[in-house]
Amino acid sequence: MAKMNYKKRFSDLEKRMVTSPDGEEFEVDPMKDYFSDARPKVHPPSKITPLENFMNWCRAESIYILGFGTGCGAIEMRPLMSPMYDAFRFGIHWRPTPRQSTVFVIGGYASVKTIKRIVRSYEQMQGPKWVIGLCSCTINGGMYWDSYNTVNRLDHYIPVDVYITGCMPRPEALLDGFTVLKKRIKEGRGEGSNEYAENFDWYKANQKKIIKSWDMPDYNW
Amino acid sequence: MERIIENIKKQFPLQDVNSDHGWFITCEKKDVISLLTHLKITGGFTHLILITAVDWIEEDRFQLTYLLNNPQLKIRLGLRTFIERSVWPDESEMQSAHHLWPAVKTYQRELHEMFGIDFPGSPEVNDPLILEYWDDIPPYRRDFDTKKYSEETYFPREGRGSNDPAEYMKSQLYPNEGGKSQDFPQEISKKSSGEKNA
Amino acid sequence: MADFDYMKIVYAALTIFLTINYGLILQGIIGKIYARVGKRMGIRIFQPYVNLIRQWATRTSISHGVMYYLGPVFRFSGGAGILIFLPIIYGAPIFSSFSFAGDLVLISYFMFLGTLGMALGGGESGHPYAALGVSRGLSQVTMAEIPMIMAVYSIAVQYHSLNITEIVAAQQGSFLNWTLFTNPIATAAAMLAFLGSMMRSPFDVVLAPQEIPIGPPTEYQSQFLAMLMTNRTIFPVAKTILFVNFFFGGVALYDNYLLTFLVFFLKTFLVYMWSVFVGLSFPRFRVDHSIRWFLKYPMLIGLISIIFVNIRY
Repeated sequence: MAKMNYKKRFSDLEKRMVTSPDGEEFEVDPMKDYFSDARPKVHPPSKITPLENFMNWCRAESIYILGFGTGCGAIEMRPLMSPMYDAFRFGIHWRPTPRQSTVFVIGGYASVKTIKRIVRSYEQMQGPKWVIGLCSCTINGGMYWDSYNTVNRLDHYIPVDVYITGCMPRPEALLDGFTVLKKRIKEGRGEGSNEYAENFDWYKANQKKIIKSWDMPDYNW
Repeated sequence: MERIIENIKKQFPLQDVNSDHGWFITCEKKDVISLLTHLKITGGFTHLILITAVDWIEEDRFQLTYLLNNPQLKIRLGLRTFIERSVWPDESEMQSAHHLWPAVKTYQRELHEMFGIDFPGSPEVNDPLILEYWDDIPPYRRDFDTKKYSEETYFPREGRGSNDPAEYMKSQLYPNEGGKSQDFPQEISKKSSGEKNA
Repeated sequence: MADFDYMKIVYAALTIFLTINYGLILQGIIGKIYARVGKRMGIRIFQPYVNLIRQWATRTSISHGVMYYLGPVFRFSGGAGILIFLPIIYGAPIFSSFSFAGDLVLISYFMFLGTLGMALGGGESGHPYAALGVSRGLSQVTMAEIPMIMAVYSIAVQYHSLNITEIVAAQQGSFLNWTLFTNPIATAAAMLAFLGSMMRSPFDVVLAPQEIPIGPPTEYQSQFLAMLMTNRTIFPVAKTILFVNFFFGGVALYDNYLLTFLVFFLKTFLVYMWSVFVGLSFPRFRVDHSIRWFLKYPMLIGLISIIFVNIRY
């Protein structure tokens, strides 16, 4: 009858001495090898207003989605590809990897375990990037508002541009959310990645408060 | 089914047999593993559906339930046992059954994490499963206040309201009647027929 | 190098620029066709333009090393190389920039260069999916290359030349002089190999998002990906022009420029549509299936074409 003590995992991520085939000894820090932990920088929009407006128009009209489908909302994203809703005619495409996406759609509730993955995926996306919070759960926890493991407000962990309410919102509501997001980008208000870089410490403090197994660098590209 | 229970009774001391909602037998903690082995090998209950626990905080004990399935005879049997409930941070203990079915170790990991029931010898039982490195009272124990924990941890958003669904729908649908009727479904049919007549 | 015509550099740049535009419009049209077959409205025609500009306008990017940097450059030089050394319009000084004797060999090399660059770059990105995609892609493209090279060898023997301009010149006159009619077996082998290198449906498992995420360019982002996207627009067009030159008589310069371009668009579009048609009709092959398929029919046809050509010419 001992206190619950979890086995220390991820021992392969710790610093250690390695002997090379030549007999030479050197220190390996896998944390530095696998990730870069440089702080994000603010990338201000271009000073040339017409150019920036044109770029913003392009960004709004060509949306590459990264869907985070751990919540129930993910099921509402699939019909958008079908002939009935056909989001492709609005310039919305799906990409399978965070590196190439611009819009991060959080499909529903985020638990502590998934918020860690959300943060990592969000940080791997290349700016400018935007986030859509789908369903009530991302707004205030929804029906899981008093759960021990569900995050109540998503915007305390990553900057959110558009929230779509409902439990569940219909695919039409999701399309409407994309329209709102497009309008926001065209007006030049979609600067979520810069906001994240500016308030980096606040976001990190919030993330670290709930993620107890912080086995990654502070910022992983 | 009765024959099977009789057969079991001949070999193992059972505390209780209950057939209200499916068949459940209760035995002592020390007999569980041998009874499970017996049921699997000679009784034909080759399929483990799940292992779960119930926290009887008033009686100061945990109830463990092993739900088994016999695919040949298409019958199910629940095996219950009661174990001592220790106060956190101490853990309760139970023998591991991971050698019988490979899936058992995952259930035992979950019980270890959610209830704080330890299964010594079970592989990977100390690894985090869903809650990564939880350091509070295990959340499925009933002395854990989930609402308080959520409010302290997860930044609740201001302005959240909640309604009783029955009362709320009544006030929305029939604002004049003020919730006189107790039986909601009947009220709907009455009202809709009344509307048709008028 | 004394009589080097420096205008050729301008012409080559113009060729690449026009091909990018043609490729983007073609992508839009093909996307529309795909969508209409699936009873959808589909992307807007100008969507590929917007995608490309948006991708070039990304603000942040990260590199994983030198080879990661050079991968898209290799890829782009593969596509642009074919384009530059190809007589796009036979007889026109502008659009047959650097064609020379023996360019057939160089172009066969360029067709493979991009995949090699992608393999090195994707490998350095360190993502396991990239390595997996590279191994799939290389094995499939190599297999598709075998019947292709056989067909190319066959027509090189047929025309006694390794110069594409001469091959095109030999096909002028009547449409009965096209390789399609003088050497149909080699054409069949090459058109089957064409499917394998166009990354369309039966053979697109390498880039399919439903399989391992996106294949070799998993880690590629922002301007690196934009470079790859630019290559993806010009590479199919370059390959289509190559096939038009080899097997469908090329595009000769008529007195009427409009007619010349009309013939050019018609021929390239129809050859391109061959891959789209097959892609819309058939489901996806796994890599082992496609390798087996390439080693069966296209390679046999390619072998027969070589034998045929050696007996006849």
